Amino acid sequence: MLEVRGLRAEVNGVEILKGVDLSVGAGETHAIMGPNGSGKSTLAFALAGRPGYEVTGGEALFDGEDLLALPPEERARKGLFLSFQHPVEIPGVRMDRFLRAGYNETRKSKGEAELDPLQFDRLIRGKAKSFRMDPALIKRSVNEGFSGGEKKRNEALQMAALEPRLRILDEIDSGLDVDALREIAEGVAEMSGPDTATILVTHYERILAYLEPTHVHVLMDGRVARSGGRELAREVEERGYDRLTAGAGV
Amino acid sequence: MTTATNRAVRELAEQSYQYGWTTDVEEESVPPGLNEDIVRWISARKGEPEWLLEWRLRAFRHFMTLLDDARLPAWANVSHPPVDFQAIRYYAAPKAAAELSSLDEVDSEILRTYEKLGIPLEEQKRLSGVAVDAIFDSVSVMTTAKETLAKYGVIFSSVSAAVQEHPDLVRKYLGSVVPYSDNFYAALNAAVFSDGSFVYIPPGVRCPLELSTYFRINAQESGQFERTLIIADKGAYASYLEGCSAPMRDENQLHAAVVELVALDDAEIKYATIQNWYPGDENGKGGIYNFVTKRGKCAGARSRISWTQVETGSAITWKYPSVILQGDGSTGEFYSVALTKGRQQADTGTKMTHIGKNTSSRIISKGISAGRGNNTYRGLVKVLPNAENAVNYTQCDSLLIGDQCGAHTVPYIEAQNRSASVEHEASTTRVSEDQIFYCQQRGLTREAAQSVIVNGFVREVVKRLPLEFSVEADRLLEVNLEGTVG
Repeated sequence: MLEVRGLRAEVNGVEILKGVDLSVGAGETHAIMGPNGSGKSTLAFALAGRPGYEVTGGEALFDGEDLLALPPEERARKGLFLSFQHPVEIPGVRMDRFLRAGYNETRKSKGEAELDPLQFDRLIRGKAKSFRMDPALIKRSVNEGFSGGEKKRNEALQMAALEPRLRILDEIDSGLDVDALREIAEGVAEMSGPDTATILVTHYERILAYLEPTHVHVLMDGRVARSGGRELAREVEERGYDRLTAGAGV
Repeated sequence: MTTATNRAVRELAEQSYQYGWTTDVEEESVPPGLNEDIVRWISARKGEPEWLLEWRLRAFRHFMTLLDDARLPAWANVSHPPVDFQAIRYYAAPKAAAELSSLDEVDSEILRTYEKLGIPLEEQKRLSGVAVDAIFDSVSVMTTAKETLAKYGVIFSSVSAAVQEHPDLVRKYLGSVVPYSDNFYAALNAAVFSDGSFVYIPPGVRCPLELSTYFRINAQESGQFERTLIIADKGAYASYLEGCSAPMRDENQLHAAVVELVALDDAEIKYATIQNWYPGDENGKGGIYNFVTKRGKCAGARSRISWTQVETGSAITWKYPSVILQGDGSTGEFYSVALTKGRQQADTGTKMTHIGKNTSSRIISKGISAGRGNNTYRGLVKVLPNAENAVNYTQCDSLLIGDQCGAHTVPYIEAQNRSASVEHEASTTRVSEDQIFYCQQRGLTREAAQSVIVNGFVREVVKRLPLEFSVEADRLLEVNLEGTVG
């Protein structure tokens, strides 16, 4: 589904990604681990097309198509979803209207009929229920005054509505208590299937208990330092990043 | 500045003005220049009674004194070359357009003009629930739904017609809220005002229709000096909306209006403006100077006046819709969105003067600055010594787009009674790339994202417009923010 080869990216003229290779197939869950500043979030933003994250080399193919040539909204409409580590507040814009606009744009791009407000309301209420999200939140301004946990649930809710195929979850576990983490992770797992793929960007191993990764990668200084299976995550947890990569001779 | 910000700024600089065409119609106009003969001519043209001519002449003499002493208002945060008051035509009107009762008599070019502006005057096409007074340059060409309103005793006509048909009401209230000596432009308006709307709602009547006036400047070199007077008698209610536009011309045109509102005991007036005068081109050439005095008097106990304005046009906007809270327990409100882009300048806000006991006022101002626009909120909350328990809440928010625009907040508070509670909050934010990217990540284009963010910023104000017009306001803000390319 996603082929990343030799991806290089700069932020404010500083090279953060120095040649990342990553191959993600349908049905797979990839955990990207690594210390602060190793480039995990930069990788997520570069793939989603955030302005200011300038790709200087390499390529990223999404279903064989050059992802990097597309503006961010077209990447989204083709099924790439980024769950933000810090979801953004948009004062005065009601959550359900905001999401309906994006949802209908996505449907339009696929040649599907748009949903009217009533149809969409039904859809979104159903999804909110499955995430145990207070339905009142979807009538409030986008993320404004939401607690940390509510913001993360709201990201999951948007993902559930947009039904993306490639889900990039940037630190979805940060700022969540154990129960909330479990509920959200289980929700994401429920939305997973043979046609979807997940990239989990995380510091910690604990979320992997709920979202079992098929692949684990350790990102160090802008490159994938090690790749492996579930056991690599445990090794990270036990030994820490420094000793882990020292052991690998990087 | 990042590439992305550059792009946002360019997109804003490139929007177009969609109302910039002219109507080809034969006009009757006076030569440019201001003198006593012109004032007398206007008054005579309208067949006015002696007292009104006298009032105009007093205003004219006062204005000339101010002009001779160069006592032009200089305190506003706007700059422009001096206005040549002798270069303006003080009266221009489509020929044979004196208040027509039947649509058949209205020039078809003018009907087409209003249709193109989205305000069809033909009965079958009219917006339901709205009565319209259509003002073209110096005169009212048509007032709709008069008969329906008459059943309720509501008077809705041009001021010129009211002078003839209801002279006592006009004489009683004209200049009672904004005297001709109030300020420089109010004096000019009183001397040469041509037309405007007149509304009277009798006691206990809730006006069944939205009342609306659409002002169109068409003639060249002319100014528009309309005067609107709205009176809500005891327990009456009226909701009024004005809209405006003008052709694109290289020279600046002056619009110096006066609006007076009077609310008696338990009456309520809601006054809304969607102002879309031609703003000039991206280099600041041309555009309307919108120098307007609007004031309401809550004369009666428990009366309410609220101003809602969406100011997206004009080269320069200078207006402070205000409320005099004279009646005990009266309430004044001011909700404003002012958008400045290109080289537009706006110095706008309100004055809330608390005189009666237990009066309250609320001010919500949303300024959006883009391009090289310069936006100033200027507001006075004044609590006089006898105004026991006055309450004011003020909130001023500024949104900046790009880094060449300006936003300023100048609040004045004069509380002369210790029981007053005056609260002021202000914020300045930018449309952030984070917000735009977040929207894009959910499938919206960059342009749609900007629109969404701006509409969210102004929601609190726009939602107060009558439903029929909030859509129009959203669309205007969209037109104003979207690039014409891409």
